[in-house]
Amino acid sequence: MDEMEQTVLAYVAKEYLEEDDDRELTVDTPLISGGIVDSFSMVSLKRFLEKKYQIQIPDADASAEAFDTVTSICTVVRRFRPN
Amino acid sequence: MAFSQAARDWYHRELAGIRDAGLFKEERFIHSLQDADIEVEFPSGAKPASVINLCANNYLGLSSHPEVIAAAHEGLRHRGYGMSSVRFICGTQDIHRELERKLTAFLGTEDTLLFPSCMDANAGVFEAVLNEQDVMIADRLVHASIVDGMRLCKAMQDTYKHADMGHLEEKLVEHQDKRFRLIITDGVFSMDGDLAPLDEIVALAEKHNAMVFVDDSHASGYIGKTGRGTHEHFGVLGRIDIITTTLGKALGGASGGCVSGRAELVEMCRQRARPYLFSNTVAPVIVSGALKVLELISASTERRDKLEANTVYWRKLLTDAGFDIKKGSSSIVPVMLYNAKLAQDVARDLFAEGIYVVGFFFPVVAKGQARIRTQLSAAHEKHHLDRAIAAFIKVGTKYDILGKNKAEIIAKYGT
Repeated sequence: MDEMEQTVLAYVAKEYLEEDDDRELTVDTPLISGGIVDSFSMVSLKRFLEKKYQIQIPDADASAEAFDTVTSICTVVRRFRPN
Repeated sequence: MAFSQAARDWYHRELAGIRDAGLFKEERFIHSLQDADIEVEFPSGAKPASVINLCANNYLGLSSHPEVIAAAHEGLRHRGYGMSSVRFICGTQDIHRELERKLTAFLGTEDTLLFPSCMDANAGVFEAVLNEQDVMIADRLVHASIVDGMRLCKAMQDTYKHADMGHLEEKLVEHQDKRFRLIITDGVFSMDGDLAPLDEIVALAEKHNAMVFVDDSHASGYIGKTGRGTHEHFGVLGRIDIITTTLGKALGGASGGCVSGRAELVEMCRQRARPYLFSNTVAPVIVSGALKVLELISASTERRDKLEANTVYWRKLLTDAGFDIKKGSSSIVPVMLYNAKLAQDVARDLFAEGIYVVGFFFPVVAKGQARIRTQLSAAHEKHHLDRAIAAFIKVGTKYDILGKNKAEIIAKYGT
């Protein structure tokens, strides 16, 4: 797991898991289809990524599929990150 | 033909997908007045069965109250059936103004505006009072109509974990750069029946300079000592900036809703809220019935007191029988089953025993949180609840869930 994956995973756990939620998150845990993050609360994740990595993610690229796992989220971030 | 065979085929496949996922909703036809005892045709075409209704939002039992019906008749006679106009052309009668004034007094606010439904109130209110300079910070379990309303508004959206005051405070601090912050919550959450901690929410709002919005649809009429709502229960009357609520539940159960709160915010809705501007308001017959409802519940707390007693009794019956219920004090009492199929099977078997309840499961509630939501009414008598618990025990025994906790039910049935 690289640094970006660790950062995103830590944010997702803090932002979306309840204190008594004992589910273990990995970079491949389905977040949206798995019912951990819903489309309503996904906006804070997108904003976190944009602020943290100084990028703009178009809404079309922040789809439920693209944001379903930490791995896929990091793929999106890298795509919009300046080289 | 515009509706081509290809289009028809696509919709057939989509509907089949909904059926296959177990999410297909079917109406049940009631052949009687809405009440504690009803006649229900289900499935469609079946002979109507006499059942006890444990799933209506008829908290105060006023849906078919003789005085409400009589007042509605009078309203029909004196103010007619329809308005054939939106409010600001020629669709406002004196009784609309009277109802808005009475709701303002009842809710302890500054002004009130009627909407065709609370769904419409929630769809219109945010866009009318906020813009892109502002942020809306909502509890993650707010009602779907609030989510829709927020999506129509240009203000930034954010959410906090359900009833988590620490998380809410983090968000309030994070968004101090915004012009206005609006905290958004239900008063009573419709699926869990728990109450938003409005005393803590108001304290945080005052500390961090935010406004507070509460949808009190499942509370107005019975929560609080005199039934004014969740704000009365938590001692924050007059400190909620926007309340939306419905006439479609405890307050007579017909239809209609309102935005009530700070005079300036309500006036902004009168000027800008699209569901108010572009549709007819509540029909005169319903306004007349609602006025009688407010008269009845302002004169006496007898009905909400009976509902409270029924709720305490029902919660005790379920707990003593060994059911796993959501703790709380509202008249929404969820019986937790965790597994979607189990929830549907138990609801079906209870119907066969003469008890009308409905199973709820994903996506209406979170995955692994399937349940039967029971709802109490002041129309229930002790004998209704005694008959209901006998049926619950019979069906609970069949599925071997009595005395089982969450882990044990999940071990047996999965999620």
